[in-house]
Amino acid sequence: MEHITNNLGYPILSTLIFLPIAGAVLLLFIRRSNGTLIKWISFIVSVITFILSMPLFTHFDKSTYTMQFVEKHAWIPSWNVMYYVGLDGISVLFVLLSTLVTILCVLISWEAIREKTKEFYISILIMEGAMIGVFCALDFMLFYLFWEAMLIPMYLLIGVWGGPKRIYAAVKFFLFTLVGSVLMLVGIVVLYFYAGKTFNILELMSMTYPYTMQVWLFWAFFAAFAVKVPMFPVHTWLPDAHTEAPTAGSVILAAVLIKMGAYGFLRFSLPLFPEASKAMTPAMLVLSVVAIVYGAVICLMQTDLKRLIAYSSVSHMGFVTLGIFTLNTQGVEGGILQMINHGIVTGALFLSIGIIYERTHTRKIADYGGVATVMPVYAAAFMVFTLASIGLPATNGFIGEFLIILGGFAARQWAGVLAATGIIIGAGYMLWLYQRVFFMEVNPKVAELSDINGREFLALIPMIILIFWIGVYPTPFLGFMHETVSHLLERVNTGSGMEIEMAKQIIESIK
Amino acid sequence: MNYYLLIPFLPLTAFLINILFGKKYVQERAHWVSILAVAGSWIVAVFTLLKVLKGETVNEDLYTWVLSGTFEVSVGFLIDQLTTVMLIVVTTCSTLIHIYSVGYMHGDKGYYRFFAYLSLFTFCMLMLVMANNFLQLYFGWEGVGLCSYFLIGYYFNKKSASDAGKKAFIVNRFGDFGFGLGIIVIFLTFGTIYYEPVFTQIGGVAAQTISFLGYEVNLATLIALLLFCGAIGKSAQMPLHVWLPDAMEGPTPVSALIHAATMVTAGVFLLARCSPIFSLSEPAMVVAALIGAITSIFAATIALVQNDIKRIIAYSTLSQLGYMFLACGVGAYTAGIFHLYTHAFFKALLFLCAGSVMHAMAGELDLQKMGGLKKYMPVTYATMFIASLSISGVPGLAGFFSKDEILWLAYAGPSPVGKFVWAIGTIVAFLTAFYSFRLIFLTFHGEFRGTQKQEHHLHESPKSMTVPLMLLTIGAVASGWVGIPNLLGEVIGIEHSNWFSGFMNPVLGHPEAHGTHAEEWMLMGISVLAGLGGIGLAAVFYLGRRSIPVLLAQKFGFIYRILWNKYYVDELYSHTIVRPTLWISQNILMGITDAKIIELIVNGVPRAIGGVSQHLRKVQTGLLQHYAAIMATGALIIGAWILLR
Repeated sequence: MEHITNNLGYPILSTLIFLPIAGAVLLLFIRRSNGTLIKWISFIVSVITFILSMPLFTHFDKSTYTMQFVEKHAWIPSWNVMYYVGLDGISVLFVLLSTLVTILCVLISWEAIREKTKEFYISILIMEGAMIGVFCALDFMLFYLFWEAMLIPMYLLIGVWGGPKRIYAAVKFFLFTLVGSVLMLVGIVVLYFYAGKTFNILELMSMTYPYTMQVWLFWAFFAAFAVKVPMFPVHTWLPDAHTEAPTAGSVILAAVLIKMGAYGFLRFSLPLFPEASKAMTPAMLVLSVVAIVYGAVICLMQTDLKRLIAYSSVSHMGFVTLGIFTLNTQGVEGGILQMINHGIVTGALFLSIGIIYERTHTRKIADYGGVATVMPVYAAAFMVFTLASIGLPATNGFIGEFLIILGGFAARQWAGVLAATGIIIGAGYMLWLYQRVFFMEVNPKVAELSDINGREFLALIPMIILIFWIGVYPTPFLGFMHETVSHLLERVNTGSGMEIEMAKQIIESIK
Repeated sequence: MNYYLLIPFLPLTAFLINILFGKKYVQERAHWVSILAVAGSWIVAVFTLLKVLKGETVNEDLYTWVLSGTFEVSVGFLIDQLTTVMLIVVTTCSTLIHIYSVGYMHGDKGYYRFFAYLSLFTFCMLMLVMANNFLQLYFGWEGVGLCSYFLIGYYFNKKSASDAGKKAFIVNRFGDFGFGLGIIVIFLTFGTIYYEPVFTQIGGVAAQTISFLGYEVNLATLIALLLFCGAIGKSAQMPLHVWLPDAMEGPTPVSALIHAATMVTAGVFLLARCSPIFSLSEPAMVVAALIGAITSIFAATIALVQNDIKRIIAYSTLSQLGYMFLACGVGAYTAGIFHLYTHAFFKALLFLCAGSVMHAMAGELDLQKMGGLKKYMPVTYATMFIASLSISGVPGLAGFFSKDEILWLAYAGPSPVGKFVWAIGTIVAFLTAFYSFRLIFLTFHGEFRGTQKQEHHLHESPKSMTVPLMLLTIGAVASGWVGIPNLLGEVIGIEHSNWFSGFMNPVLGHPEAHGTHAEEWMLMGISVLAGLGGIGLAAVFYLGRRSIPVLLAQKFGFIYRILWNKYYVDELYSHTIVRPTLWISQNILMGITDAKIIELIVNGVPRAIGGVSQHLRKVQTGLLQHYAAIMATGALIIGAWILLR
């Protein structure tokens, strides 16, 4: 049962998962006092991992929905657990996002982390391995292992290198996600027994389950994924976690970690429980729309930079879940793209806030003002991220949000209409934030700040490039998804296909 | 490579050069980059016009922009008569205003940034008018909005400027909300968002109704009204007009280019471009006509009493845009676009003259502190005087022809509200002439009312500013000559003198008008009299008895205060939308839902399970116990499930 099927001829996914972990092990042997070496090793390891992940972008076969770069080995034969990894159009981009974001996190922490440097970079690298593992895993046990493994470095990142209320935030983060995960574990075990003792996700997906069981399991998995996303009303851990986390923690959290919930819906909930997913669509759409509007309105009155961006994540992730549960092509593809977009844009926003926090050590919006005068390059970069966040055409945010609203409107008109209001409010809070921080008279507290240096610029520039690349020419990115999404929707809509569904809706609405 | 791609992409290149290298390398030479690019665009635009005159139109895709399932849209270009007119208007005004800016912005520390934004704006505006599908139109639409935001807030250290920029963007988002939904409804109806198939198929489905949020509405009406939302946002029509007067915080060339001549007319362009859709929906047409008429009289009355020179012209812009909406609403799209085209020249000229005055007055905007400027700045005076004659509809000048055509077609067209909007339009013509000449007389005539220091500083503006003024004056005088009504044409011996209408015919069709020559002469007479009457009254008030307006303001203090406070619309929005939203955010969502209800529940559940939350705030020990407790609970559930299965 040991085989590797990919068109590269070497186990690329295992390399990507274990190279960072190997890097972390290497760091164990470096003397604690040798901070520079630790940083450089981490940097080099993350860069090599990124370079090694490039074949995923160039060699991915976009013409098939089947798993690619697959590796399959027996692991715990007595329980029928396998080491089984592979990628399809849903997951491939997230691996790339993870490898990119890790580099930026290392770069941005260069000066900011001065205590327990060694442990910090070990956490980051283990985190990277676990994140990639989550997106690659095709065996439920393996998946759950990586899923839980992610929690620990993240918990440490917040709890050790975080702000003043870090313990509270870390414990809250841990408990929320843990409670959700345990319910998912129950679900996994149930599936295992029902399907005749297999953790093989693809095998599980090929079966059909009784409707009542689907509904129960849907909600069990929902608990895990909704907390991670986070969906309304289990979002309250996110503002605390983001606010207290160090910059790198916030970036990883925003860019990758909270994507896993939405990824879970796509990877597991929809294909495993298609009928239940379809039946739960109204509830999911309501929760998504509430998250969009609720998150956006609450952003308006935030006085803390990171808290504002955290709540904006609730709103933006509402778009993602809305897109996923439209169960039509535009919605789901928009949803996946928006996950990537949110990772890029919100990741970049947290990077940016980290840059200025390092100079001022305050997150209060009122402590800023006129920063554009003293840090023009930084202001320009932040403006790009702001515009992407509010979905201006030619930035990546527009493509994702437009497709989601289109899909949402096609699925349920009210969902599309209410989601679109989020775009108005989004412009409101982001531009107001920008005004208060960058425009108006120069606040004496920021008058002496120096503009960003080369290292910080290097951390931001990939995000800027991606924002415009996806905004102007999204085809290479959307191209990954077409086959996988259409296969997924075929399964969910049991052969009816979105196009027919939509045509029916149109005919019905026009008649 | 197609030649017409140069039109938008030259300014884009200039933007990139200036924004990336402006600060370090280009610096004081930034205007060369931008001016060369926009002048290049102008030359190619003229070349395009010649091609279109020969009947060569273009409708081509460049590359696929977004593809998802059946949704497919490209970056593509449509060049027809309507596009060409817009290309000429945009590139001409843009070029002249670029040149003017060299003098006006001289010495500003953000010089390169200013020209970068102007180039970006030109690019977006050109993409907007050249689009062959709705999504690219939307791209240009939001793009020009962004540039407007940047340029209104150009002096971003001023709170009022950054407030105004933000306000413009957000108010426009309200309109774009409807616009975006309109595009979505179009896609779901036709399966495409390219103009051509949509416009050819709309006739077949126009009579159908669609259930929209539970209401049965006519499909064409729904699409038209959703698109119309976008149009009123961008063209600052009621009730989304509030951003435009505040937009005057931007540098004056920006007010001229973006907030008078080009961007704000995008709404009118949208109406004309979508005329196949609008024409099929009488309700939508009536709404457009009424909104236009109401906005035009609403803004004109406010302009009567304002003292800020730029705001008066801004309200005048609102009012004239209302005229164009009115025209489209009565089916006279050609007349609307004709007015857009003539208005671009005389309104840009008015703004640039105002800028020239401000230049001389060291930034002073208050009319009451000016007076007698004509002897110091004769070029500005003469050009502004001519522009005011043109906007007042004095026969022979550009404004006369376009305004006359609108009023005639409103009166004689088939629109059910035609006579009503004609009456309003005529009153507005009178008011327009009055406030335009109030501005002229208060600024240039009489005695200087400012400080001595200001008087000492008075001077005519440099050549780079006055030359564009003179060139625009040519437009303000002569641009209307391509659309002389056939009635007048016969008198002066030119057949088919309304050449413009014939040129636009393939795109916008020929408007219906039923009336005798006698009626047409009569209406022309009335509108001319209204204009001259307005000028005369302004002369009596501000050249003769200055005491009369003061007396009137006292006597009708109530009305005066309403007008002075712009009908309190800003206050209304502040109290009904902005503050309640912020209040809900602060007190309900943050104060109650998040902080109390959700926190209580989610902290309460673990407490019920294992007394976790008492440790939550202070400890990190005990974590393993919690983990264990939860794991145990999980195991319990699994066990129970397996047993009970």
